[in-house]
Amino acid sequence: MIPKDLKYTESHEWIIVEDGVGTVGITHHAQDQLGDIVFVDLPEIDDSFGKGDIFGSVESVKSVSDLYIPASGKVLEINESLLDSPELLNQEPYEDGWIVKIQLEDVEELDDLMDAGEYEDQLD
Amino acid sequence: MKKTSTEKLIFELSSRGRKAYSLPEMDVPEVDPGEIIPEKMRRKEPAPLPEVSELDVIRHFTRISQMNHSVDQGFYPLGSCTMKYNPKINEDVSRLPGLTALHPQQPEETLQGALRLLHETEKFLCEISGMERFTFQPAAGAHGEFVGLSIIRAYHEHHGNHHKNKVIIPDSAHGTNPATAAMCGYETVEVKSDARGGVDLEDLAKIVDNEVAGLMLTNPNTLGLFDENIHRVAEMIHDVGGLLYYDGANANPILGISRPGDMGFDVVHFNLHKTFATPHGGGGPGSGPVGVKEDLVSFLPVPLVDFDGEKYSLNHDLPNTIGRVHSANGNFNVVIKTYAYILSMGAEGLKQVSHDAVLNANYLMEKLKGHYHLPYDRTCMHEFVLSGSKQKKLGVRTLDIAKRLIDFGVHPPTVYFPLIVDEALMIEPTETESRETLDYFIETMIHIAREVEENPEIIQEAPHFAPVGRLDEAQAARKPDLRWAGTGEE
Repeated sequence: MIPKDLKYTESHEWIIVEDGVGTVGITHHAQDQLGDIVFVDLPEIDDSFGKGDIFGSVESVKSVSDLYIPASGKVLEINESLLDSPELLNQEPYEDGWIVKIQLEDVEELDDLMDAGEYEDQLD
Repeated sequence: MKKTSTEKLIFELSSRGRKAYSLPEMDVPEVDPGEIIPEKMRRKEPAPLPEVSELDVIRHFTRISQMNHSVDQGFYPLGSCTMKYNPKINEDVSRLPGLTALHPQQPEETLQGALRLLHETEKFLCEISGMERFTFQPAAGAHGEFVGLSIIRAYHEHHGNHHKNKVIIPDSAHGTNPATAAMCGYETVEVKSDARGGVDLEDLAKIVDNEVAGLMLTNPNTLGLFDENIHRVAEMIHDVGGLLYYDGANANPILGISRPGDMGFDVVHFNLHKTFATPHGGGGPGSGPVGVKEDLVSFLPVPLVDFDGEKYSLNHDLPNTIGRVHSANGNFNVVIKTYAYILSMGAEGLKQVSHDAVLNANYLMEKLKGHYHLPYDRTCMHEFVLSGSKQKKLGVRTLDIAKRLIDFGVHPPTVYFPLIVDEALMIEPTETESRETLDYFIETMIHIAREVEENPEIIQEAPHFAPVGRLDEAQAARKPDLRWAGTGEE
């Protein structure tokens, strides 16, 4: 259930890095807690965030939750298909439900994040 | 969606030529609309209005009125909403012609009775809350919060405290609190709850500084727990020149027992449609009067109702007023009902309200805590929060349990709130329910807990006996279908 190749935050975001570009989403656990997601508030391309900053929010039938960026960086791409199909976050949180791609400032910031095993322990 | 409504739309009941009226024979000359109405304003086709008989109309609306759940029909333990019974004498009094036939612009000397009613209700609320003056203008709780925070902001600006830009709000707070603070231009800072469910004093100490304009708190809080450290919390906020705002949504268990003013709060709102037994929700309107301590009186909206010992008058002369927030004196008709309620209960009666509300909640909590997880196991006030975490492990979510309760004629409790409790069920029975009703609810909840173990499908597919089955809430939120598309026939 928890992909091994991703890094995780305590606030249930995931990130994977390829060539200095981080792809960020929310975990299966997060979408399960939220319930049916009805709206996603995305940042603009070129917005810059410091690690831990709020970069958007997701609204479900139950509540609205802020999204926290796992590492500092500038937004390169946003997943616009979430605007019309927020249910992708529920259905495929680790694949088509990715939220933003960011140009990372410092790849070493990822060292502070949890790996799959640590994240699983936190859920328990 | 499993089932659909068994009631057709009024348009679908239409039958050509049927009507609910009969007009007398015309005794004036007929005029051709074409001669008196300009071409461009003339309808080309007749409006597609339903053609139905009077009996069709009566039966249709009677049937759909019965599809809804109301407190006059059944138990309504919706936490933090205080869905108590609304005594019918309040309705009688509010319909007295001497009150309903008034106009707010009448000369003051012809409004003496109405002004007296406002003034006396204000005195009652001051006595109950420990505040100096109240405004009745706010139309409901969230509006009251906005007015209260606007007063706090105006107070700080008046005193040159422009550096105060933060409002502290507990993680258990009603969602309206941070929304209000943001609407008033403040940054909201969350303070954690401690293991007993109150404000975590250590966390608060880390957050409190000179930039704090105030703290918003509901006490008892949304876990139904009284914050035992409220005096210390108030002291910490006052020490940095901040003010305390009391969200009165949970005032039902404190009437005549403890007062926000004595706890250290500076600004208070009450929800008359909760604590003071006026209709709620679709049956409203609401009313959210705001009270303040002496230092803040000059910032209240105008006018206030003053009394010089002989005459009641509208006082527009408040030097620092934030201005009007509603026409006239708010939802006056709701204040009449509150006045009737307070007078008919009396001081001792209101105290009894709180005693009974607390007793009923604790009775339910004790009887249910063996069947559902109780995360904060201590004496509660008017409400308590269970967690459906045990049931979740068996594949049944709190939402399913809520839907199943509908099958037993019970309105679901508040669910998934407060956010700090996983799979939360927030239950508030109020003081107006009998022992039999409470026992029925206990039996039903225990029955559902057993069903979770033995027959979870019946819960996951509930409701089975409601006019409609399980609705697609995500679709309803994203693509609400609110318009009748027509039958397609001419």
